[in-house]
Amino acid sequence: MKRRLLIIALSLNTLSAIALNDSIEKILSVGPEGQGNIKAAEAWKEITSKPSQETLMMIFEAMNDADPIASNWLRSAAEVIFNSMNHEQNGSNNTLGEYFLNENNPPRARRFAFDLIKKNDPEAASEIVPGLLNDPSPELRRDAIELLIKKGKSLEEEGKKNSAILVYRQALNSAVEANQIKPLSESLKKLGTNVDLPKHFGFLMRWQAIGPFDNTNRAGFDTIFPPEKEIKLDSQYKGKGVTAKWQPIESYDPFGKIDFNKPFGLLKESVAYAYTEFESNISRTAELRLGCKNAWKVWLNGEFIFGRDEYHRGQKIDQYKMQVDLKKGKNTILVKACQNEQTEEWTVQWEFQLRVCNQSGVAILASNRMPTPIQKQTDRRPRRPKKS
Amino acid sequence: MTLNYIAIYFTSILTFSIIAQAEDWLQFRGNHHQGLALNSSPPTNIDSEKHIAWKSALPGRGLSSPIIIGNRVFLTAASTADQTRLHVISLDSTNGKIIWNREFWATGRTICHDKTCVAAPTPVSDGTHIYALYSSNDLLCLDLDGNLKWIRGLMQDYPNASNSLGLASSPIIVNETLIVQIENDSDSFVAGINLKDGSNIWKFPRTKKANWTTPIKINQEDIAIQGSEGITCVRAKTGEIQWSYSEGASTIPSSVTSKNGSVVYVPSNGMTALKPRQDNNTPEIIWQEAQLRPGTSSPIVIGDNIYIINRAGVLNAANKNTGERLWRLRLEGPFSGSPVASKTHMYIASERKGLLQSINLQGAEGTISGTIELGETILGTPAIANDSIYIRSDGHLWKISNTK
Repeated sequence: MKRRLLIIALSLNTLSAIALNDSIEKILSVGPEGQGNIKAAEAWKEITSKPSQETLMMIFEAMNDADPIASNWLRSAAEVIFNSMNHEQNGSNNTLGEYFLNENNPPRARRFAFDLIKKNDPEAASEIVPGLLNDPSPELRRDAIELLIKKGKSLEEEGKKNSAILVYRQALNSAVEANQIKPLSESLKKLGTNVDLPKHFGFLMRWQAIGPFDNTNRAGFDTIFPPEKEIKLDSQYKGKGVTAKWQPIESYDPFGKIDFNKPFGLLKESVAYAYTEFESNISRTAELRLGCKNAWKVWLNGEFIFGRDEYHRGQKIDQYKMQVDLKKGKNTILVKACQNEQTEEWTVQWEFQLRVCNQSGVAILASNRMPTPIQKQTDRRPRRPKKS
Repeated sequence: MTLNYIAIYFTSILTFSIIAQAEDWLQFRGNHHQGLALNSSPPTNIDSEKHIAWKSALPGRGLSSPIIIGNRVFLTAASTADQTRLHVISLDSTNGKIIWNREFWATGRTICHDKTCVAAPTPVSDGTHIYALYSSNDLLCLDLDGNLKWIRGLMQDYPNASNSLGLASSPIIVNETLIVQIENDSDSFVAGINLKDGSNIWKFPRTKKANWTTPIKINQEDIAIQGSEGITCVRAKTGEIQWSYSEGASTIPSSVTSKNGSVVYVPSNGMTALKPRQDNNTPEIIWQEAQLRPGTSSPIVIGDNIYIINRAGVLNAANKNTGERLWRLRLEGPFSGSPVASKTHMYIASERKGLLQSINLQGAEGTISGTIELGETILGTPAIANDSIYIRSDGHLWKISNTK
């Protein structure tokens, strides 16, 4: 990054360039719990007092190496500088465009650059949008997909069913966010085309489950039960009032929910684990994205990733995003989900949904992925919970 | 006059023009967290034909109240489908035009219940700076001209400090300390934050249970923090606990004090009036009234009475010294926001249709003196300043003023 900053800085006079570099370094140095805020504020003032294209681009380049807090400092400085430059200045060259077009730059910063371009030249921006359908930045894809959704709807209204299906399919192929995927799959279903949603999202549908273990007084969240010490699928352990054994569990839910109530009954104050193996063709970075309204913990290849002891406050697809490194070959994933003592109807759920994807949200499918399970018979969930 | 002096001269004029005034409304439920603007005279018989001064479109959703400093209105909002774009907006109170709009990225989780939103906490000001908190636990400080002073990412610092239903407790300032109450099932805490740089002055853990109440100032030095276990008095500057009341309390409507702060009215066992003791022992319970249980709205004390809106949308007036119920008035609810008041009238907006209602409190019993149907869902609490009422929806901010 410093090399790139230096190149930009060469077009400024030397003193200005050094001062700007120093200021940006101060912002990049902000630390946890407010460390470096005073110096960053001085730097922010210094930077914003000299609005120019070069300064703007130095800020954008600095975002490439900035943590989320420093990125916000830089974003704010860029916004103020952009607003203080006249249209002639901020629209006079395509440096923002160059930054936006470089897909190696951070997705949110690219979206920000695009938004500034749009302010200058809304017409050009609207021409660009359709080309963003497969952009690595989910925020940039969103607009392109929205255009196709609108197009599909108008084709539907015109009675052009097959054309609408084609347009919706194209949109769905690029959609990475649940709030676009869900309506697209519904539209397609209405037109007679089913979508393999679990595959599209990359939800892991087949697991081995074991439980129940004790979660009286919510103590099970911190208790290390045998599956946290060893994974031996043919072993059995003392569970909560029963012998706990591993057993296969699979999801028929379009959004990949693994429901522990099914193998174990509607238990309360209990802990269960789910284990699966994910074969990756290559070593790569990825995201494990989890939705869960029970207390939970996740391990990848035996390493604890994150956990959270919150119960029944809400569940959404991609609620928690965990950046991980997948190794080539077998990767083991262990999920712990704890059910608490609440007995209200809205506390029945004891489940999670987990998908593997890249940072854009595009599914990464395991090389050992089996076809999406198909439910053989309706399995209605009893509504009333009971204490175990 | 040199250029520098000219710059200083104009800067001084600008600063003076937006300097905090007695009529300002600096935080959630006003300057003393009592919901009162006793020196303001907003319209008393509100009417959509006469009193809507302006309506301004907002760039994002929000439940936070506006705050008003001089002729500026400051407001927070969140935009994009996943509410990851955070806004602090400054508007001209005379015409509703946006003066500046600063945007930031949410650095914490933005999941929340559909009814609430990431811009739920109301920002707070000391008259010179704006301190804005969001459900993503991003905490920002800007000066009144939108210059960034500091940033905290509380969920970056404390990754489990979040609530999947959304956080809503508003920050407050007492004795030059910014207080944030971040309570949830997983990592709950309250912290005193340095106004100058955003660093922690003190921080201590709280009960692991979701809580949406806002702390209140009870005197120049102390705050009261409410939670499921009760209410705790804390010295704002140091975080030292002064006294506690442990009979439980609501986690949605917040407490309120009497005008001089000598009595704290807590949504506990219905409503409980507490008188703190000199020796900081458990406060004296003056009265406790199960019939005065508030719904979502916080109680308000005006004159000799305390007013509570229950879950059914009925306004209950009671004697603040005894808890004896005096009269009841059915309002058109339901309500998510809290009432605010001038000396003579109370104002609150319903969720459905955004029906802003003014209630005349001068007679033997309260009467609805006027209504304005704003036509949008209103979930927030109004603000009163400069003889006007300010209220927002997800889409708009309105100013309700007297006819010129």
